[in-house]
Amino acid sequence: MASILRFRKLCYVEPVKFQSFGSQKIDQKLDKKEEAVNDILAAKKLFQANNKKKNYTKKQPREWRCIDSCCWVIGYLCTTWWLLLLLYSCFPATLPGFQVPESPGVRLKREGLTSLHPVVLVPGIVTGGLELWAGKPCSEGLFRKRLWGGSFTEIFKRPSCWLEHLSLHSETGLDPPGIRVRAVPGLVAADYFAPGYFVWAVLIENLAKIGYEGKNMYMAAYDWRLSFQNTEIRDKALSRLKSKIELMYVTNGYKKVVVVPHSMGVIYFLHFLKWVETPPPMGGGGGPGWCAKHIKAVMNIGPAFLGVPKAVGNMFSAEGKDVAYIRAMAPGVLDSEILGLQTLEHVMRVSRTWDSTVSLLPKGGETIWGNLDWSPEEGHACHLGKKGNFRPSPIENNANHSDRKSSFQIKEKVKCGRMISFGKVESQLPSSQIPSLDPKEFSRTSTPDNMKSSCREVWTEYDEMSRESIRKVAEKKVYTARTLLDLLRFVAPKTMRRAETHFSHGIADNLDDPKYDHYKYWSNPLETKLPDAPDMEIYCLYGVGIPTERSYVYKLSPNDRCKSIPFRIDTSADGDGNSCLRGGVYFVDGDGSVPVLSAGFTCAKGWRGRTRFNPSGIATYIREYQHKPPASLLEGRGLESGAHVDIMGNVALIEDVLRVAAGASGADIGGDRIYSDIIRMSEKINLHL
Amino acid sequence: MPLIRRRKPNETSKAADSEQNVHEEEDGKNIKISTKHQKAEENNDKKPKKWSCVDSCCWLVGCICVTWWLLLFLYNALPASFNQYVTEAITGPVPDPPGVKLKKEGLTVKHPVIFVPGIVTGGLELWEGHQCADGLFRKRLWGGTFGEVYKRPLCWVEHMSLDNETGLDPPGIRVRPVSGLVAADYFAPGYFVWAVLIANLARIGYEEKTMYMAAYDWRISFQNTEVRDQTLSRIKSNIELMVATNGGNKAVIIPHSMGVLYFLHFMKWVEAPAPMGGGGGSDWCAKHIKSVMNIGGPFLGLPKAVAGLFSAEARDIAVARAIAPGFLDNDIFRLQTLQHVMRMTRTWDSTMSMIPKGGDTIWGGLGWSPEEGYTPAKRKERNNDTHIAHEDGSEVVASQRNHVNYGRIISFGKDVAEAPASEIDRIDFRGAVKGNSVANTTCRDVWTEYHEMGIGGIKAVAEYKAYTAGSILDLLHFVAPKMMARGSAHFSYGIADNLDDPKYQHYRYWSNPLETTLPNAPEMEIFSMYGVGLPTERAYVYRSTPLAECYIPFQIDTSADDENNCLKDGVYLVDGDETVPVLSAGYMCAKGWRGKTRFNPSGIRTYNREYDHSPPANLLEGRGTQSGAHVDIMGNFALIEDIIRVAAGATGEDLGGDEIHSDIFKWSEKINLQL
Repeated sequence: MASILRFRKLCYVEPVKFQSFGSQKIDQKLDKKEEAVNDILAAKKLFQANNKKKNYTKKQPREWRCIDSCCWVIGYLCTTWWLLLLLYSCFPATLPGFQVPESPGVRLKREGLTSLHPVVLVPGIVTGGLELWAGKPCSEGLFRKRLWGGSFTEIFKRPSCWLEHLSLHSETGLDPPGIRVRAVPGLVAADYFAPGYFVWAVLIENLAKIGYEGKNMYMAAYDWRLSFQNTEIRDKALSRLKSKIELMYVTNGYKKVVVVPHSMGVIYFLHFLKWVETPPPMGGGGGPGWCAKHIKAVMNIGPAFLGVPKAVGNMFSAEGKDVAYIRAMAPGVLDSEILGLQTLEHVMRVSRTWDSTVSLLPKGGETIWGNLDWSPEEGHACHLGKKGNFRPSPIENNANHSDRKSSFQIKEKVKCGRMISFGKVESQLPSSQIPSLDPKEFSRTSTPDNMKSSCREVWTEYDEMSRESIRKVAEKKVYTARTLLDLLRFVAPKTMRRAETHFSHGIADNLDDPKYDHYKYWSNPLETKLPDAPDMEIYCLYGVGIPTERSYVYKLSPNDRCKSIPFRIDTSADGDGNSCLRGGVYFVDGDGSVPVLSAGFTCAKGWRGRTRFNPSGIATYIREYQHKPPASLLEGRGLESGAHVDIMGNVALIEDVLRVAAGASGADIGGDRIYSDIIRMSEKINLHL
Repeated sequence: MPLIRRRKPNETSKAADSEQNVHEEEDGKNIKISTKHQKAEENNDKKPKKWSCVDSCCWLVGCICVTWWLLLFLYNALPASFNQYVTEAITGPVPDPPGVKLKKEGLTVKHPVIFVPGIVTGGLELWEGHQCADGLFRKRLWGGTFGEVYKRPLCWVEHMSLDNETGLDPPGIRVRPVSGLVAADYFAPGYFVWAVLIANLARIGYEEKTMYMAAYDWRISFQNTEVRDQTLSRIKSNIELMVATNGGNKAVIIPHSMGVLYFLHFMKWVEAPAPMGGGGGSDWCAKHIKSVMNIGGPFLGLPKAVAGLFSAEARDIAVARAIAPGFLDNDIFRLQTLQHVMRMTRTWDSTMSMIPKGGDTIWGGLGWSPEEGYTPAKRKERNNDTHIAHEDGSEVVASQRNHVNYGRIISFGKDVAEAPASEIDRIDFRGAVKGNSVANTTCRDVWTEYHEMGIGGIKAVAEYKAYTAGSILDLLHFVAPKMMARGSAHFSYGIADNLDDPKYQHYRYWSNPLETTLPNAPEMEIFSMYGVGLPTERAYVYRSTPLAECYIPFQIDTSADDENNCLKDGVYLVDGDETVPVLSAGYMCAKGWRGKTRFNPSGIRTYNREYDHSPPANLLEGRGTQSGAHVDIMGNFALIEDIIRVAAGATGEDLGGDEIHSDIFKWSEKINLQL
């Protein structure tokens, strides 16, 4: 109000003063004159008129300062922006000074490579677009618009509506009544996740350079929220994939298909391999020779074969490393009650309806991921910071093994097997000092009603847990990959009950047991056999050299008031010096999401040669890509990145994929290429093969 | 003070004379000084005045931007249904869209639905191109915003053209159809094609797994889509998959426009044995297809296609040319738009699939045509008033009118178009020697085959005066020999005498309903759904242009007008959906295939469903919910309802059989075709 008054003063009071002052002056002048004749009067009029004009002109700039200068600034910005845009679009696509490195597609085309084998791309979790087909009234106008992927504008416009539509039914894991959200089909499903953030686009473009197009390239988009078998039940996604592969096989001159799955797509395709050969009611009825007949190679990019520890953090407290950091830096933002957001709780509620997240929980229990005392990664260098970037060629790397080993054994022994520990001290205690709690002690005591009243309707399963049971969870102190599942069953009983009819996380003792014909085992490489297709090849292509989450230090959330998520990562837990602990997270080597162990073990050992998991002796190859951050901003996300998604733009990886698609075999492209310690880690794992 | 002095001006006047002078001088000085002062001030003021040059521009831009954003924000902040409220406030309650209405009736998904888009409406994207098309990888060249047409027109034309010899990709260029429902849901932003139908089908539960858009490259000939892209195989595989995954319910096919011919081709292809066909066996259609619901199908071709091929113009362009004569063939801007368009479209084989088929038997000869006696005036009145009252009256009027010779699809001069058949003396052009073009240098590199014809050839064409559907083919062979040579390897326009002749097993006959038999599928149903009540191009009055060298030598004579005879701007109009005349859309279902005929040996049931055009009541309705226009009919509620009912399991009988507004049955009777 005060400012408005001041504004008024500026605009009205002063001009009035000024005017009176001007006329006074004239009067004074006239005073002096004895005769005031017409011409003077005329002059006076003129003068006054001038004066008025002057007033007018004087008044204007003063007003400018208010809104108009704002407008001016905006106008100025807009115009410059448009000018720049115009200039930008006028420029030739390549600046003469800046040499764009030649894309692998162009180079290989010059080498004479052409499209030979049809290519099937299988996107992973999160990267695929989802669109609305039927929704509640609040989603009007969004028919066939992307809810997931694209610009995500709807999150801001109608957040609760958005969350409602992305959730699945908490009982069945399928559509909630009245809502149909479906995967976007075609290459557009996952070429770009958001505008400018490529996923498959670079690979597609390079494939196109050597002659690929719609008829021999197919994006097997599926609804990544569902459990794998449900994509068939609801959308016939597996049947479609089968039919597409068969069609492409026939129309491309009976050339077998090269499949390129990424991230979760890897285990989705593993599921498909079993599904397609299984007889009809449960499977696709392709018969035992289907894979051998139709598939040349499976080139798994950033495979999450044995699960991802990150998924544990997500399930347990809806946070990973990134979220924890944000929380640490700005404690108020994420759990601010003032804005009524409860973002994390919402995220947790929604993501817990997605069965597919359960498929990414660590598989193989303590045998693979280590127990209280032991883990396959122990004694390995942490690649925090820049150290990893300067690792030389793989050969040299092997030679260095012994040195590094000795240098690290002196230091604290990191117990990565403890996936979740409450408190930093507990994460490092010798196992004898850890109180052991029987998982059976996890029992629910019903929540008193009065506790529910103060909370908004954000429902997470934590609301149903009493304080005591939460405390009991924390008292147990340390959880390994095996007890972790018990923990999750305790804190998220519904989710796990639903999802565990679709996924299994164990190790099979006897693979011929008829129970393993059930589809819940198909996506676990430790509980299924590979198909009988000796000519097939399996590749594990993944980045290394980026610190990857492996285990977490948790603490009880101090927030007692409302039933927010009672656990959170203890970001204050930092290791000293070279420790792998930072911000409450233990890091190991990997691609930023998937640890080397999960990505490489099956190809390095589990399936290498003729094992019980690979009875027909399918050839496996490991291709690792050492991460190099982009040298300059112009490179964008880097041509040699090893990060989980950015690796799809890695020149070396693209070249490998192109060569295989054009007919090369694993041996032709150079067999294994290993930078990490995956072989040695695998050796430590005592798995009966 | 001044007042007191004025009382005695005479007393002081003399004494004050000198003073006055001084004063005046002083005053003058004062004034001068003050003006100087003012000027100085003005100079000072000039700094803010500099605003007025660039800054006020910026200010204006800023203002506009801000208001725009504000409005945009307000618009976004409004509830999404606001538009509907406004419409309802003005026009009264809007009827439920058919999907909602039928969902209330309890209809749900049953048969999988396959869409076959027509010519032009499907999107095309770039997969490989020349230097000039950098950065357009997988961007739409056709459909969408067409932004590239303006940015790099020549590059665009180059990439949209096909190879002149093979009708396939030119070297180094790969332009492919967009796949999926997005291929043809919207042609340009806001201009729906299939989107409304898709949205309504989705209401009763359809989704990606039960709907499939059989997008194909509409520029190339039908068989070439299989040769190059394996499109037909893909459609076959998809139909099989959808039938299998939907519990064995047969598919409902919905082709539109040229898609109708494409699907006709497909039905023959799929049952033909392997090297040429899809090898599906002779009962494939019977096993997989429930019904084919053709929307606006040009079964027997389009007169519009003739004009398009002959002079790259149809009524719209001809009118534009008449209004602004200099614009379209402007040499100043070095545009030669039409020539470029012509050169490009002539490389597209598919345009030749729509040349009128059946010759004089179907389309009429010099002296007669099936539509004769038709008056469009009748239609207009009918929209306003009651049906029957006017019908008789207009019949009388019609008989008084001149006899219109629709059979002459192209005539040179209005007088020729109207003259009785016996009075036209024609000089046969077929043998005429094509003169060499005189000065090719003046023309830029825009190459059309007219340049090779020379003046002699052009004159010969004009001398023949009137062309019927039969001689049109010869004309096109004469003016565009290369194109027609390419096209006639893929399409045929005749009528089969003996359908069992083994030559009809060749694929070039498959898209001509007069030279193929329908598949053996007695359970199948064929619908012909089209709009009526719109004037549709049927025949043209041409003139040869004086400037024969650099231009297309023939133009529609827009000066030819005749209110009484449906001649407007050089075009004779008949009933239809603005693109396809009723005759072409309806004849096959009304007579050619009705019952057991030689074209339909298994007696597939056919239904004609006509939708009378009524224009949108107001602007808010957009393109109307009762439109009968060729593309807008896809938003016609009655048509959508029919489709949904059939997709949910209804038969043609359930829909009510035929629904006829035009004279199609009368006209069909006049056609003397052995069935």
